[in-house]
Amino acid sequence: MEIRRIKTPLEAGVIEELKVGEKVLLSGSIYTARDAAHKRFMDTLRDGGTLPFDMVNQVIYYCGPSPAPPGKVIGACGPTTSSRMDAYAPKLISLGLKGMIGKGKRSQTVKDAMKQYRAVYFGATGGAGALLSKSVLSSEIIAYEEMGPEAVMRLEVRDMPLFVINDANGNDLYDFGMSEYKR
Amino acid sequence: MREVHVDRIMGALEELFVDANYNLSQNVLDILEGSIEKEESPVGKEVIRELIRNANVARDEHIPICQDTGLAVTFIEVGQDVHIVGGSLSDAVDEGVRRGYEKGYLRKSACHPFSRKNTGDNTPAILHAKIVPGDKVKITVLPKGGGSENYGEVRMLVPSQGKEGMKAFVLEMVTKGGPNPCPPIIVGVGIGGNLETSALLSKEALMEPLGKRNPDQALAALEVELLDAINKSGIGPQGYGGTVTALDVHVKMMPCHIASLPVAVNIQCHAHRIKEMII
Repeated sequence: MEIRRIKTPLEAGVIEELKVGEKVLLSGSIYTARDAAHKRFMDTLRDGGTLPFDMVNQVIYYCGPSPAPPGKVIGACGPTTSSRMDAYAPKLISLGLKGMIGKGKRSQTVKDAMKQYRAVYFGATGGAGALLSKSVLSSEIIAYEEMGPEAVMRLEVRDMPLFVINDANGNDLYDFGMSEYKR
Repeated sequence: MREVHVDRIMGALEELFVDANYNLSQNVLDILEGSIEKEESPVGKEVIRELIRNANVARDEHIPICQDTGLAVTFIEVGQDVHIVGGSLSDAVDEGVRRGYEKGYLRKSACHPFSRKNTGDNTPAILHAKIVPGDKVKITVLPKGGGSENYGEVRMLVPSQGKEGMKAFVLEMVTKGGPNPCPPIIVGVGIGGNLETSALLSKEALMEPLGKRNPDQALAALEVELLDAINKSGIGPQGYGGTVTALDVHVKMMPCHIASLPVAVNIQCHAHRIKEMII
């Protein structure tokens, strides 16, 4: 299996090249945000406020890590189920978000937004939180510290192993894979 | 009457939740190893290898297996010849959970249903206590993640739907979950009783060792049949497509009302964390 190395911020040229089912190793800054943080993002936008980071060309990781033990930069940090963020994702994609990392299927509305605004959705292996923590070089809480595991963190990652689940052309790995092995 | 101090129960809870979240049991590891050969998809095989590597990293470098260290599901069987002294049993359980999740650097995932405010210490535990014969206290912990728990359901089937209706319901739930509950999954099915006992049976079904068949031959055959049907769904490891969608299926059954056929499906992720201790 050929593995492509990519980095954040995600550039348009790279996004257009990514193909569904492809394994990639991602490096650079990414931002954690899950249920409660997304709800706060929406409240902030509704009230005319500023989000904790600029979405343009950035990548959000749907992840609420376990606490970092002494001497470690982060605890276990695998993905959470992405569909719970489906209600919020199209808005963020329209603001320039180019990549999402999580696990599980996305709604048609999210897939349509990815196609329209040229964004991608990556899968990290769910339940491999110990292994994924090895890709994290540093972590820093940048917003909503009071929300504990749901705070927004900036992570510096190196060679984070991911699969392209939805590319910018509307293809879906879950549909391909399941139909191939259905008996 | 044998006396057991609540502090011993509290200490056991603290230890068990940490142990469960860092050390995947040999039973689960063996089943994962064995499933590599059964998986036909190369991507699926790679995912299972990643899960085994993850378990090794968790154990060797002391990082939780998964960041979702679960709600603190706790089963306690109290022998009827035991007198619990020194305080309240449920307070001791919550204190054990509080200490284990804090000292073990485990994620606190309990929150208010509507405001979503975190309770801050992963309490209250989900405690199921039962009085049994004997003078021992058996504690089993099953830290259970939200991603897999979200794909369970209790359904009151019409009796005429029978066994076929039950099988269709189980497959419907597995397909509905697809990649979300982190396959390869483990499926617990509770049949009969009433609304709440069917749900409890489905959870107890998840506590059976992987690979062990029901002592009732008809139920054992049903487990094999369901496992086979689930693995033909094509969902595969992580839902990326493949032939190992479930590692095992366990069924528990009891009589029900003449008007009812309750069936509960409880789905567990591959990170099947379970530990027990007898005091």
